Amino acid sequence: METTLTAARVAPDHGVSNRTVALRRLARDPGAVGGAVVVLIVAVCAIFAPLIARTDPNLQNLGATLVPPMWIAGGNGAHPLGTDNLGRDLLARIIWGSRVSAIVGICVVAIGGSIGVTAGLLAGYRRGWVDALIARITDVQLAFPLVLLAVAIVAVVGPGLWTVIAAIGLTSWVQYVRVVRAETLSLREREFIAAAQAAGATSSRILTRHLLPNVTSVAIVLGTFEIARAVVFESSLSFLGLGVPPTTPSWGGMLADGRQYLDTAWWVALFPGLAIMIAVMGVNLLGDGLRDALDPSAR
Amino acid sequence: MAAARRRIHSRVRDGAHLTAFLARRALGALWALIGVEIVVFLILHLTGDPTSVMMPPESTAAELAAFRHAQGFDRPLIVQFASFALSAARGDLGLSLRHQEPAMTLALARLPATALLGAAAFAIVLLIGVPAGVLSALRPRTAIDYAARIIALVGQSAPTYWIGLMLILLFAVLLGWVPASGIGDWRNLVLPAATLGFFSTAKLMRLTRAAMLEVLEADYVRTARAKGLTAWRTVIGHGLRNAWLPIVTQLGVELGALLSGAIITETVFAWPGIGRLAVQAVFERDFPVVEAVVLISATTFVLLNLAVDLLYAVIDPRIRYA
Repeated sequence: METTLTAARVAPDHGVSNRTVALRRLARDPGAVGGAVVVLIVAVCAIFAPLIARTDPNLQNLGATLVPPMWIAGGNGAHPLGTDNLGRDLLARIIWGSRVSAIVGICVVAIGGSIGVTAGLLAGYRRGWVDALIARITDVQLAFPLVLLAVAIVAVVGPGLWTVIAAIGLTSWVQYVRVVRAETLSLREREFIAAAQAAGATSSRILTRHLLPNVTSVAIVLGTFEIARAVVFESSLSFLGLGVPPTTPSWGGMLADGRQYLDTAWWVALFPGLAIMIAVMGVNLLGDGLRDALDPSAR
Repeated sequence: MAAARRRIHSRVRDGAHLTAFLARRALGALWALIGVEIVVFLILHLTGDPTSVMMPPESTAAELAAFRHAQGFDRPLIVQFASFALSAARGDLGLSLRHQEPAMTLALARLPATALLGAAAFAIVLLIGVPAGVLSALRPRTAIDYAARIIALVGQSAPTYWIGLMLILLFAVLLGWVPASGIGDWRNLVLPAATLGFFSTAKLMRLTRAAMLEVLEADYVRTARAKGLTAWRTVIGHGLRNAWLPIVTQLGVELGALLSGAIITETVFAWPGIGRLAVQAVFERDFPVVEAVVLISATTFVLLNLAVDLLYAVIDPRIRYA
């Protein structure tokens, strides 16, 4: 999970494409394969939640509140992981909760990645005042406790899925800037850029056609770690009551509900937390594997 | 910031003067704080009129107009910012809307509790993260190494507040060893500090392990071993001494993470610090207090980073200031 990245190029291997070499390396890494399986399971749950979950995640049954998991006395097969204080099925809510995590993870990376990669490319290629300005903005962003910044944004604009995504996305771009800028600084001195310049290519063409494809691997690896960070961040905001509305099942919101019943019904807080931990661990392991596969020197 | 610090570090090593170094860092810190003021101002004006954010939804038009005028929100934006920036620079962020006390005074009163929690968590990070990382590097592919790596993986994957809840469940509810929440004697500090420090400890453990593995393969370590130095002296005197720089850089970053994490941890454990105050203030729409907490946190973070930069001189004898 160490996100210090250097070059992201893969050595050519006897006519086999770089992508194939990287995929082969990835397939040989047990951690990465395990991580990919977890990510796939979460993705399937998120996409097919209505088909997988046996009950409505918001269906309340006040006659069956705080039912323990099925393997504990008092539990039953109708609610394999038990129920919460309103009698809602925990397994169904965890399956549906994966949707929020997946949407937040993907959208945050899209927002943070677009802003960060653009800023990093510009700072590294243009240098001068553009670089200085972006560096100053980055310093300001880093001076903020990020949770507090996101909390303040959500508090002003109002809670909701898209506010949470925007708030987390706007705090994540800095990571990309630093890495992409460093990569661009080294790439801009290479012959193929000098050749493009000599051939009369415009700056925007060099940035989009020559530099961007070469920083994509680094950005993808970083994006994986940022998905993990976004999932934890969203669940933290939901835990504080500043995330998605209570009617939308989310892992953080479930944990907040379970907090009040720690001494009587520990399972309400345990399972959503395990879901977050396993999902994040999967993404992190996949990120580690991707980094090693795309850039063995950063191992 | 870590990259900037590394750049500064190499420049200082090249022979720049301490005063020039300090001036540059102080200027950078000043800019960061001005930037923080701008961002705080912009956030409050994200929806256009802060009155709607700060007043209860059921307020009448007359009440809203009176509040808008009293707070100066009916003035041009640039005038509002100038007035806000000057007041903030003096530490005056106005009265708390709920407590009718100066917001800065309220926030500063909560700072010692957060500082105590942060210091305890930092001690855990330092006293467990570094030795565990060193041990893990010295005994690769052994039970110690695998245990340290699994703890590091869990620590970096589980949310802070969930770790907190599980620690409460185990040590407060089931075993009854320590209280579940509140502030009092040292026993109240154990669970919040362990929770707050868990993530950073895991990260530092990984980093220390990686840094030590790299250093232990260096020629000078082999030379030290060949000279017949004891394993202990080789590891501490040659290994850790050279692996120390990236570790300190990360420690600086982790200080910021601790400040951020305090918001969640204090809420879980009802710890009366500035993090919990900020969350309460957000729910009470008490924005002067939120602004005060943001400014105090950012200032603390910037000053801590400045201190970490200066620490390089102590750690790395190659740095010469004069």
